[in-house]
Order: sequence, then C-alpha cells, then structure tokens
Amino acid sequence: MKRIQGVKDSSEMFRNKLATVGLFIIGTLIFAAVFAPYLAPSNPFEQSLRGGLNPSSQEHPLGQDKLGRDNLSRIIYGSRISVFVGLAVVGISLLIGTFIGSLAGYNGGWIDELFMRIVDILLAFPGILLAIALTAVLGPSLNNVILALCVTGWVGYARIVRGQILTVKEREYIVAARALGAKPPRIIMHHILPNILSPLIVETTFGMAAVILAEASLSFLGLGAQPPTPSWGSMLNEGVQFLLVAPHMTTFPGLAIMITVLGFNFLGDGLRDMLDVRKD
Amino acid sequence: MCGWTTRRFRILDFRFTIYDLRFTIHDFMMAFIIKRLILLFPVVFGVLTLVFLLIHLIPGDPVDLMLGENAQIADKETLRKQLRLDDPLGKQYLLFVGGVIRGNFGNSLHSRKPVIELILKRYPATIKLTVAAMIMALLISLPTGIYSAIRQYSFMDNSSMFFALLGVSMPNFWLGPMLMIVFSVNMGWFPISGDEGLHSIVLPAITLGTGMAAILSRMVRASMLEVISQEYIVTARAKGLSEVKIILKHALKNALVPVITIVGLQFGALLSGAIITETIFSWPGIGRLLIQAINTRDYPLVQGCVLLISISYVLINLITDIAYSYIDPRIKLK
Repeated sequence: MKRIQGVKDSSEMFRNKLATVGLFIIGTLIFAAVFAPYLAPSNPFEQSLRGGLNPSSQEHPLGQDKLGRDNLSRIIYGSRISVFVGLAVVGISLLIGTFIGSLAGYNGGWIDELFMRIVDILLAFPGILLAIALTAVLGPSLNNVILALCVTGWVGYARIVRGQILTVKEREYIVAARALGAKPPRIIMHHILPNILSPLIVETTFGMAAVILAEASLSFLGLGAQPPTPSWGSMLNEGVQFLLVAPHMTTFPGLAIMITVLGFNFLGDGLRDMLDVRKD
Repeated sequence: MCGWTTRRFRILDFRFTIYDLRFTIHDFMMAFIIKRLILLFPVVFGVLTLVFLLIHLIPGDPVDLMLGENAQIADKETLRKQLRLDDPLGKQYLLFVGGVIRGNFGNSLHSRKPVIELILKRYPATIKLTVAAMIMALLISLPTGIYSAIRQYSFMDNSSMFFALLGVSMPNFWLGPMLMIVFSVNMGWFPISGDEGLHSIVLPAITLGTGMAAILSRMVRASMLEVISQEYIVTARAKGLSEVKIILKHALKNALVPVITIVGLQFGALLSGAIITETIFSWPGIGRLLIQAINTRDYPLVQGCVLLISISYVLINLITDIAYSYIDPRIKLK
C-alpha cells in the first residue's frame, strides 16, 4: 500500500484517543446503516396508534413517535440516509472539485480567473442558504438535497486542489515529467494528486460531518427526506411539534446527529494532526 | 514625502492609477480596498443572477406551483403578467436587476405587500439576534480560549477543547428545543418563543451562538499559543512584568488580530444560522420569513430574502477584510 505523504507515524492515530473514538463512532454508524434490517428491533414503518408518543419502555427503549412507530428502529434506519447522502455529496463534490481545481491550478490564465470568480460567487451565499433556496424551488426530496449540497460542496475541494497544485507544479519532479513528454492528465493523475492527498483526506472527513449536518437541517425544515422515510432531521422536525408531551421524540434523533458529526470531527482533527496538514 | 505623485497597481489585469499625497502603507491599503471593491461587482452580479434564476429552476410551470394547478386561469394569467414570465429571459433579467437597484423586489404573492417592505420590517430582529449571539459567543470563547492557551494540555484545556468540538457538532435545531425543555418548560425562566423583551432573546442567542463560541474558542487558543511563544513575550517576562499584564496587554492584543477576521466572517455565517434558530423560537426575523415564504410558495419573497441575506453577507465580509487591513499593517497587496 502506498504511504501517504506527510504521515508521521501510522500508529499515531490510535494513540490519539479522540480520533480512535471518532473512528469507532463512524464504524458503528456504517455498521448500523449496512445491517439496519438485522439490527432494528421492529419495522420502522409499522404503526401502532395505541402506542403513539409513548415514552421509553422495555419493548421500545427509545419510545414511540406520534404514529406509534419504534423510535430506535427509525433511528437505526435513519443512519442509512445520513451515510448515503454524506457519501453521495462528498463523493460527487470531491470528483467535481478535483477536476475543476486541477484544471484551474495546472493551466492558470483565464481558466483559473474564471474559476476563482465562480468560487467567489458561490461563497457569497452563507452556509446552507443556497441549499435551502435550491431545494425550495426544486421541490423537497433527497435527490434534490444531494444536488443542492453538491452545488456548493465542490468549492472547498477545488480550492484545496488548486492551491496544492500551484505549490507543487513547478517542483523538479513535475518539470522532469513534463520534460519526458508526459501529458497534463497523466502528470496530474500520477504525479500531483498522490502528493496532495493528505489535505483532501482531512477535508473529506470534515466534509462528511458538514454534509450530514446540512442534510439533517434541510430535512428538519421539511425540505429533505419526506415522510414516512426515517431521517434524523425529519424525525426531529416531528418531535419538536410534540416537545412538551413527548420530548424523547426530539432528544434521541438529535443525539444521533450530534454523536455522528462529533465522530467525523474527532477523526478529522486526528487525521489533521497525523497527516501534518496545516490548520487553516 | 509630500506632493502629488502617481503609483500604478496591477489589479485583475487592469492598470489603475492612484493619486495620493503621501505614499506609505496607505498605497497598499488603498489598492487593497480598491481591489476588494472591484471584486465585489462580479460577486454581486453572480448573486443577482443566481437569485433571478431560482424562479426559473422550478420544474414545470412556476405559476402552477405557486397558485396550485386548480387555480383559476385568470389568476394564473395575472400572476404570469406580474412576474413577467412571458417576456424573453434577457428582458426579465434586466427588469429584475433594474428593480433590485431601485429597491423594488416585487410584491409578495400572499400579503400583496412589497417584498422589500416585508423584509425590512423583519430585518432588525435578525440583526438583534445575530448581535446577541455574537456577544454570547465572545463572552464564552475569549476567557475559555485564553485560559486554554496559558494552561495548555491541562484538564481545563482538554475539557474546554472537547466541549468546543461538541459545540461545533451540535445541531442548533436540537440544542434549541433542549434549552426550551430545560429552561422554559421545566424552570420557567424564559419564554418558549417570540420576541417579548430582553429575556426572550437569551435562549435563541445561546442556540445560535454556541457553534460560534466553539469555533472562536479554538481560534483564540491557537492564536494565543502562537503569540505567547514569541520573543517579545519572553522579553516582557524577563522584564519582570506580571503574567496578567503580559497576557492582557502584550499577548491578547496581537492574538486577537486573526480572531477579528473570524468574528467578521462568522457574523455573516450567523445570518444563515438564524434561519433555523428563528424557525424554532418563532423569532420574527428574516430567516423565519424565508421559511414561511418557502412553505407558502411565495417565490418573490423567497428571492428577496435570499438576496438580502447574501448581500448582507458579502458586505460584512468586505467590511471585515478592509477592517483587517487597517488593524494588521502587515497586510500588503499580494
């Protein structure tokens, strides 16, 4: 396996306790998402109107929602939405960002100038405002959430790739590859990208945290996953309506979101230290 | 050096001539400010274009979506005329930009009132909430960050940095309801929602400011750590100054320079965070207005809210950049 440039010590992450905790949380999340049908104690869609809003019980450890559905099962199934949206948005954004960032950084000139102006425009929309606006006009659905988050999501990756390429493109090994007649795509794919992986890995980890939080925010506002799909954000939205009579409906989905995001932030912090990426 | 002199600066591939009486650090600052102002134009143009296109991204007929498919044909035609949807796209765009420049954002579909009037009525409440959240964040982050830096790796440092990560990871749409349960429902200290005086702003400000406090305390700590290892701090210690004086007078002053930038940038980011906080606490601000407009498919109002929040964000970033160049004279035009 190729060694990633900048790694101080492969066992360092395991010495970093918080990063290990983060890795454990993410492992649990992925395990829950993959094996949800086997882990969930009951069908997340099965209604029991007599049990509506019931608090924790032996049969339903995290209580039931307004339609009597098991909260624990819905939270376990909800992890699928978070993992799916997180991977989809980060994956697509990473691909687009790497492509555009490479193009701008390697070629420079008007392509770079155009790219910088597009980035300026997209960064002029604070936080998830553009995502809210886009899902509002495109219609509430998970696919539109993914699309809306990708519209701004690629910018961070593109800026990193562009910045890194600008710093390495005049190095001797790149000049040597160029002198040997290597074409730009080959130089970027085989010589530049492997050397700028560290900051991308760190950004991807923090990106997952941000996307999961953004998806939950959009679902909370009613713009993401639609009922009866169990998503943590939409569960919280339902829960807030019964805050006074059934606080468990709000508490547990929120904890699930927080622990998941915390896990990615722990891991991101640990990776940043381990891969020796400059803190910006 | 006095008298009229000329300096040329290369900004964005254009050459500008600046006339000034004195050419010291102000040369660079002036050029920096001009560069930032020039960069503002494509950004504002891009924001306007994207906001204009929003209504055209609606799948199918926007009028059907706004009024419902069963609406009367006459009503649909009236709305189509009001929104000028039958005009060519270029003409619609020019009319939109012209309207925005004149402060005319169109009329709300539901209240029939001018969008700008509705927005400006709600805007002060959002600013009030954002400022309160920022004050709350500074009150928490400054002492925490400073203490963490001067007692690096202590129990307090580790705990506060853990809580900082927790704060960053905590969704405000969860923190808000949790605070409501504890402090409004159980203890009855604060009202559950609305804007009914000073005490009603406390919970929304904590909800909105917690993430910011977490980011800032990490930033203050990092910045202080960098400063207290500098030689002039060692010199101050060697001179026998008290630790309090060294930290507050010598270290903090320099450590706060990068923090101010983050405060400025995050102030803009708080505006978007306010959308969710206002929705939770029924705070009568522009964020809640935006969500209400989305729910009622009042797209001219959605456009107006998005545009105003974005332009505010851009202007706050601009002011931060310019202020930063004044605060830190090391900033030079690159």
